[in-house]
Amino acid sequence: MGPLIPQEIIGQDWNLFIAFVVGIGFGFILEQAGFSSSRKLAGVFYGYDTVVLKVFFGAAVTAMLGLLFFSLFGWIDLNLVYVNPTFLGSAIVGGIVMGIGFIAGGFCPGVSFSAIAIGKIDAMVFLGGIFIGIFMFAEAYPLLERFYMSGSLGALKLSDVLGVSGGFLAFLVIIAALIMFWLGDLAEKKFPREEY
Amino acid sequence: MKTKYMNPYLAGVLLGLVLLMAFFFSGRGLGASGAVKSTVVTMVSTIAPEHAANSPFYSKYIGEGKNPMKSWLVFEIMGVLVGGFLSGALAGRLKLKIEHFPGISANRRLIFAMIGGILFGFGSQLGRGCASGSALTGMAVLSLSGFISMGTMFGTAFALAYFFRKNWI
Repeated sequence: MGPLIPQEIIGQDWNLFIAFVVGIGFGFILEQAGFSSSRKLAGVFYGYDTVVLKVFFGAAVTAMLGLLFFSLFGWIDLNLVYVNPTFLGSAIVGGIVMGIGFIAGGFCPGVSFSAIAIGKIDAMVFLGGIFIGIFMFAEAYPLLERFYMSGSLGALKLSDVLGVSGGFLAFLVIIAALIMFWLGDLAEKKFPREEY
Repeated sequence: MKTKYMNPYLAGVLLGLVLLMAFFFSGRGLGASGAVKSTVVTMVSTIAPEHAANSPFYSKYIGEGKNPMKSWLVFEIMGVLVGGFLSGALAGRLKLKIEHFPGISANRRLIFAMIGGILFGFGSQLGRGCASGSALTGMAVLSLSGFISMGTMFGTAFALAYFFRKNWI
């Protein structure tokens, strides 16, 4: 049955409308969870607030299981769901650069939009930075292209790398998530902070 | 501390369902940096069309019948702004302010926000997506790239947290 638009069960014209509706849900939940506050987000790195960890892994596990069950029930054809391709070098270095950006700026791009929506000036400045960073990458692209394309492994899944089924990998991720939730609660007790 | 936000586990499950909805309807997940990229491409190709046409980066997204602003992520991010605003309005959190740890000045916060944004923007292009597009969505489809993004992004931020502690605690 699904995904509905790639199979033209719903017309292509609806795709951008769906994107807008999905975005409303995304932005609403990010703001409700407190992701519009950089001090709440950065809390995970100092232990006083681990909401990022809980929401991030809660969402990843929910969507992961949802896809596996939908596939099992024949509701979605996983071959038509986009899997981002792996380019080892640029994925690792890109992740490291974003990690520095995260601890310095206290936001990631998605949450900065929900913060801008409620008037956070620091998020607006962060977004200005994202524009500059992307522009810098675009201008430097001819120099970076070789590295950007290096270590290409295609749309590879971690379950295939490990030689296990998607369901078993999801099980491992759930165990890892539960351990992290538990560690998160311990950290919040150990490093409590006043209202922030 | 009294909680003024949604329970994080509930928020996680709801966010996961939104992501699942994107997969079910559009066959793709969430994202954010891609919308900024589309805007940068549009700005550059408007101001310097020749430069954009000759660039191996911009030329991928422009040309005959292509409009980088008519993209899924651009519309999704417009939705994020609406959704965030609605949530903030309902919760009484709409307020123009620079939020920062009281131990640092507002200017220092803004300088670091700018530096962080630049790094995140650059890194998101190198890593083919940010926390939502590469890490969250990638993990949900079990993509190796998604797990690498998540691990390197959070790992680096944890590893460097000590050096940035004066900004936050």
